[in-house]
Amino acid sequence: MTAALQRVGAVTLFLLRLLAVCPAALRRPGPVIRQVYNTGARSLIIIMLCGLVVGMIMGLAFSDMLARFGSESALGVAAGLALLKEMGPVITALLFAGRAGTSLASEIGLMRATDQLTAMQVMAVDPLRAVVAPRFLGGLIAMPLLVAVFDFMGIFGTQLIGVSVMGVDAGTFWSQMQNQVGLDDVGEGVIKSLVFGFACTLIAVFEGFHAEPTAEGVGLATTRTVIVSSVLVLIFDYMLTAAFL
Amino acid sequence: MSDTSVTSPVVEVRGVRYSAGPRRIFDGLDLTVERGSITAVMGPSGTGKTTLLRLLTGQIRPESGSVRVLDQDVATLPKRGLFALRRRMGMLFQNGALLTDLNVFENVAFPVREHARLPEPVLRRLVLMKLEAVGLRGAAELLPQELSGGMARRVALARAIVMDPEVLIYDEPFVGLDPVSMGFIVRLIRSLNEALGITSIVVSHDVQEVGTIADYSYLLAGGSAVAQGTTAQLQATDDPAVRQFMQGSSEGPVAFHYPAPDYAQQLLDATDLQTGKKP
Repeated sequence: MTAALQRVGAVTLFLLRLLAVCPAALRRPGPVIRQVYNTGARSLIIIMLCGLVVGMIMGLAFSDMLARFGSESALGVAAGLALLKEMGPVITALLFAGRAGTSLASEIGLMRATDQLTAMQVMAVDPLRAVVAPRFLGGLIAMPLLVAVFDFMGIFGTQLIGVSVMGVDAGTFWSQMQNQVGLDDVGEGVIKSLVFGFACTLIAVFEGFHAEPTAEGVGLATTRTVIVSSVLVLIFDYMLTAAFL
Repeated sequence: MSDTSVTSPVVEVRGVRYSAGPRRIFDGLDLTVERGSITAVMGPSGTGKTTLLRLLTGQIRPESGSVRVLDQDVATLPKRGLFALRRRMGMLFQNGALLTDLNVFENVAFPVREHARLPEPVLRRLVLMKLEAVGLRGAAELLPQELSGGMARRVALARAIVMDPEVLIYDEPFVGLDPVSMGFIVRLIRSLNEALGITSIVVSHDVQEVGTIADYSYLLAGGSAVAQGTTAQLQATDDPAVRQFMQGSSEGPVAFHYPAPDYAQQLLDATDLQTGKKP
């Protein structure tokens, strides 16, 4: 328990130090943009593929479930709400933790293990500003964009299966979604994606930065990144969903 | 520049004590590096040579005693002052410590981009000149992963001198180099020292190589400097421990073996080392 509290304290202090150098990091947009590419663009394929498949599964499953109540026409609403409010942000965050989070943690951990961070300090460059902050900001920017891509692909997948395979009327699908899914639902998804992006990226850079400078230490940091961020995402999702009710 | 700063030593370490956990590494270390000299710090592995470098660059602070570099007390400097001081110093890491996500050119350009706003053409010329000095102008576009160990160290050296430091610190610059790279690095340390007037501190246990270029040497053992002088003075010493180290002999007062129970007794005892149980 004490160890867990100490860790929360350490993450908080790290966050405060990180936030203090973020303005300076933003004044050099080059590295931040490179990190948006590294964490965002490089995760695109997996996010698009998973979004499409999740949408297709929902097309099948929801059509079947709703048909039992004679309300297949609600497929658009059900899929839209589920994707925008829950599935999109949560699944994207879990994939993000696995794809981008691990790569951030191991990259920063290896930079520590190979003296790169020390070399920066000796060159009078703060590694928190030059290495950690651009990656943190890059992840923060990339996450909501990835969620948007996931949602888009998901709705496309649901429509693909629901309309062309399960026989739901296309007009009903889109008009129901348009009528029932409001801007506040979209807003909930955006807020969740920002919170999850913040949590996942913070954990990844924290674990990487504090990794033991050994092969084992870097491995442990990577594993911890995935576990801690996945659990945090689910807990935060419950809390946010409750708050938005 | 005032007269005192020209003549005063670049590095003055006085009565430094430092422990890593329960282990005392330095116990009253005194060391002076004169301006414009090449000073070697030698000693067997584990005598705190790398710790000394971390003290000089302010990565760690001594428990007591003072570390003065370029007339400033490193131990009491605030972060801003420490960073200003580090800009006047360069350091060559044992493994190069090149930034793996940047190519050779950008690695050398990195400190300049961080600390100065030079127009791109000027920066380009500056970096190419430094790369030419270490013979790697042709490798500017390569990534660190594509370099051999010796090449990586030369790139790191180009990066260390790109800001024209007043003091250059070398951490084990000769380890794992082939004879050609070794000779090159030795000549480079000498010529950088002479051409640019850089004060050099070379930490090494390579007695032969460092002996050929050092103006003055310190030998660390047991937490302090046990011997000092020019290479000739150290080689002519009567002290058996210093002689053992200078001649690289395993026989002498400096123990080669880690403390262990009696050899014959342990073998006969046939205790299982894995389980600690007797058969």
